[in-house]
Amino acid sequence: MADQSTARNLESWRLGSCEELNELRESILASRDPAGQEIVVCHGTGCVANGSPKVAQALNSALQAANRETRVMPGIKKTGCHGFCSRGPLVIVNPYGYFYQKVGPRDAEDIVELSILQEKPVQRLLYKDPQSGEPILSEKEIPFYKLQQRSVLRNIGKIDPTDITDTIAAGGYQALAKALTSMTPEQVVEEVERSGLRGRGGAGFPTGRKWRSALAAVEKKGRPIYVVVNGDEGDPGAFMDRTIMEGDPHAVLEGLILGAYALGAQQGYLYVRAEYPLAIRHLENAMAQARELGLLGENILDTGFSFDARINKGAGAFVCGESTALFTSIEGKPGNPRPKYVRSVEEGLWGRPTVLNNVETWANVPLIVDKGADWYAGLGVADNTGTKVFSLVGKVNNVGLVEVPMGISLGRIIEDIGGGVPGGEPFKAVQTGGPSGGCIPYSLKDTPVDFDSLAEVGSMMGSGGMIVMDSRDCVVDISRYFLRFLEEESCGKCIPCRLGLVRMRKMLDTFSAGEGTPQDIEDLVSLSQAVKDGSLCALGGSAPNPVLTTLKYFRDEYMAHIQNHECPAGVCKDLITYFIDPKLCTGCGVCARQCPQGCISGEDKEPHVIDAGHCIRCGICLESCKFGAVRVEPGVFVQGAFPGEAVKA
Amino acid sequence: MISHELRIDEITERYPASPEYLIFMLQDIQKSYGYIPPEAMDLICEQTGVPASQAYSVATFYQSFRLTPQGEHTIKVCLGTACHLKGGQRIMDELKRRLQVEPGETTPDMKFTYTSVNCVGACALAPVMVIDDQYYPSITVRKLEKQLKALSRE
Repeated sequence: MADQSTARNLESWRLGSCEELNELRESILASRDPAGQEIVVCHGTGCVANGSPKVAQALNSALQAANRETRVMPGIKKTGCHGFCSRGPLVIVNPYGYFYQKVGPRDAEDIVELSILQEKPVQRLLYKDPQSGEPILSEKEIPFYKLQQRSVLRNIGKIDPTDITDTIAAGGYQALAKALTSMTPEQVVEEVERSGLRGRGGAGFPTGRKWRSALAAVEKKGRPIYVVVNGDEGDPGAFMDRTIMEGDPHAVLEGLILGAYALGAQQGYLYVRAEYPLAIRHLENAMAQARELGLLGENILDTGFSFDARINKGAGAFVCGESTALFTSIEGKPGNPRPKYVRSVEEGLWGRPTVLNNVETWANVPLIVDKGADWYAGLGVADNTGTKVFSLVGKVNNVGLVEVPMGISLGRIIEDIGGGVPGGEPFKAVQTGGPSGGCIPYSLKDTPVDFDSLAEVGSMMGSGGMIVMDSRDCVVDISRYFLRFLEEESCGKCIPCRLGLVRMRKMLDTFSAGEGTPQDIEDLVSLSQAVKDGSLCALGGSAPNPVLTTLKYFRDEYMAHIQNHECPAGVCKDLITYFIDPKLCTGCGVCARQCPQGCISGEDKEPHVIDAGHCIRCGICLESCKFGAVRVEPGVFVQGAFPGEAVKA
Repeated sequence: MISHELRIDEITERYPASPEYLIFMLQDIQKSYGYIPPEAMDLICEQTGVPASQAYSVATFYQSFRLTPQGEHTIKVCLGTACHLKGGQRIMDELKRRLQVEPGETTPDMKFTYTSVNCVGACALAPVMVIDDQYYPSITVRKLEKQLKALSRE
């Protein structure tokens, strides 16, 4: 393991000054040959699940087999997520920059033979331009990457996150050295204030202003003050923070140490979801290595400044992403939020002044300190400076992680970077901000993506999840999904959230079953408003957003459920019928064997028929048919043949 | 998979005797035993000075803690938004049909426990299933059947 050998070497390296940090960096850079060969294998969660460890292993064996005595063995570097998850496992061969996608262990020999020995690309593994079909050699030429602006993600996919020397070579801890030697804590706060950085966790509160209020609280109440990383990325469909913690853990840590310096904190906490074991491992390892080097702990870089931090693993509660709930969880209690008559910067963890920022926010701080507030404020647009990382998922061609300057339009992210919906139809809607956000229709695709514009259309930035939906996704179903999620995750402390969400979900259940009246829709709107106004914390306060936005933009679809007893998208089980298209069915019988109800019948090699009366609409036949013969039709049909001949109930 | 090599007190003694370490201890016990046995709870309460009522309130508030023994294999089906859109619920329904127990429960032969989880952050692989920490991308009913058969044969 690279981390063990590095950790051993680090012992003798404890850095006594910023000069020593620079010397170390220079010696690391000098020991590396920029023209040297290197094979980078993505080891993010996505690529690992798709088999990248086996690819790395195969590459190693292929290298050993091909090793000709004179040739120096190129290293294999395991990096964090490159972001282009739908194309994984990803392999890059440097210094040529050849970008290979969907690589399997079987491709290893060709990569070594062609790219390492002959220095040529392996044509079949290159990404092909979807329009022209032309192969593209390197990452930066691929539209998915070309249109992005990677600043927070700059190191991810390039460095080995388990090896601090890689981080230092890439410029890590330079901002810390700069702050400790040439800036006062006050100057660091000013820099963050002037940068215009707003919290990346969702609400977009100006970070500098938060820090300033914390300092005012310290003035009143004295020390200690705590700094905390919110790594409880609970929004389903979002994995920005996971990627940052896994792929560049030192960026988060350096940001936190800078914050501690600016605010005069001696103890910090990183609260990370238990569902992210790799992120926790990489952070623990990063902290251990930083301690060895004297970048964390007592007397950092011999400047007299001391700060240490520890990781608290979450235990599975969405509400713990809320600041006050997160604090009670760190204290070892159930994560119940408290009313915020007194803000958490004044009375946070252990009742002390506390600054809680999201992972991505902290990771932006070193950039601001290093490159300056003016540079940072030049990114993005006025009042929404910098870049934002989004996880682009759902019905979109290029699923993955994208970083763009604030203010870019929704359409540009989904269509140009994401490559649009598979099949080419326009997207139906996009859900931003997770369960607390809203559903934005295609007609608003020119909406700039920034905190304020998204709020104007009824959604929110949230932490950065972007879930793309197409015509096969039902808005009633998606609202119901989010409500069920929040209903389960509600801590139960306040009534509007605890009972209101259950009631709202039950109303959606009736719509989904084709029942209810238009008056019920009005009642749902008024109940939503009550939950919004009356809930204690942001979980309940924002829970009605998906319902309210879908009602605003897709009321027709709700009406189709209630009045026509139809689910136009073909999702709500009570309002659809499965058919087998006799023209496409080959009579292979796979669906009949898979059907748990045994309600598909037909002669061998003859078109089969589904008995609609016994069908439970599980969708297994649709999933198992290789010929696209199983179709879903909106509406309930009496059992029988294909629509056209069938009789509607 | 689950090792009982560590005694409960060996785990609790890793941490200072303070209420703030309650969750740390519960997590380590859960990891080692697969659930939190009542005797572990007693010992943790004694050590941290947290009343049993409060310790159980913590153990039942957070979804990752289990108070009953778990099956030999834990199957988690992701129902994050991307997985929901791509048919994660279908996999849950199929598991229920095959295992004949409710989500969160364990089969009578103590072989399988299955639950849904809210997003494992691997949305590009939707729908995702995780069996004993191994991720299975783009899971279908057929792939599930294959895995269940393989695990049952063990």
